[in-house]
Amino acid sequence: MPRRVKIVLQATAVLVVALLVALLGWQVFRTDQGRALDSKVKNGQRPAAPTFTLDRLDGKGKVSLASLRGKAVILNFWASWCIPCKEESPRLQAFWEKNRDRGVVVLGIDAQDFDFDARRFVDRYGLSYPMLRDKHGSTLGHYGITGFPETWFVDRSGRLVGKHVAGPVSDAELERYVRLALQS
Amino acid sequence: MRRAVVLLALLALAGAGSARASEQHPTLSEVEKEVICPVCHETLDLSTSPIADRMRAFIRGRISAGDTKSQIKAKLVDQFGESVLAAPPKRGFNLLAWLLPLIGIVAGAVALGFLARRWSRERAGPGPLASSANGRAPLDPELERQLDEELARFDA
Repeated sequence: MPRRVKIVLQATAVLVVALLVALLGWQVFRTDQGRALDSKVKNGQRPAAPTFTLDRLDGKGKVSLASLRGKAVILNFWASWCIPCKEESPRLQAFWEKNRDRGVVVLGIDAQDFDFDARRFVDRYGLSYPMLRDKHGSTLGHYGITGFPETWFVDRSGRLVGKHVAGPVSDAELERYVRLALQS
Repeated sequence: MRRAVVLLALLALAGAGSARASEQHPTLSEVEKEVICPVCHETLDLSTSPIADRMRAFIRGRISAGDTKSQIKAKLVDQFGESVLAAPPKRGFNLLAWLLPLIGIVAGAVALGFLARRWSRERAGPGPLASSANGRAPLDPELERQLDEELARFDA
């Protein structure tokens, strides 16, 4: 085999392997990003909330997290098949109605779900806070979501101040984290 | 020979017929094997998560409504994205997932053929007379001469 052809083949093989390693690294980085946020917040840091722009569940336009800068945002990840969400969603609705004048926004993010099931859920529980649909579940990895429901709290300058994981969030937790989010 | 060809053709026809039937009138278990549960990332036939139950109910409903397998899968992709499919679609960037293994096999076969040819040439060598008695590569003539001299001196 001519020397030049041999070099080209070897270079191609090295390039392909490098590309595969880079892809693997990128995937691992993406997965770890959410977990890293969690530990940063637990250590008292306030990392920037991952940005996103998602379709509204009702199909009427899009909402970006950046557009809510200046408000305390309760990011609630949910799905219609999730049992604790049935208890939690009316609580979030009541909290939003009571606190929206203080600059508090509840943002529901429905993922891993049929959109028609999610809309039925929203109608059934009379939820009027903004609902977004994450069809591909891209925000789940960015926020390190491991199940439903999970809730992140974002301060006025777009930084994460707290996270609730297991089961429905309580009124006391909502009040505590929202106070933190409003302080910034 | 002719019989074998006819038999192969019949088998191919039977396979194509069954694939067409599965596409036009799929069963739940056929679709389940080709769809991934978005929560547990297993195929639907192995998953017991609540969303998998919901997806099975949806598929049953679409089968009753007369949808083809492709139509059902397209509706699921519309809801959950392409990651819901167990095998990536054969188009766009996903085509790489289908082509790369084939390219790898062909490249491997070519490389193996090339190496096998080279090895067989090396083994054949310049000719039986030139090879040493133990089958290894012959010694350099100068070295062989020196060796003979040393042995002769040793014998003396």
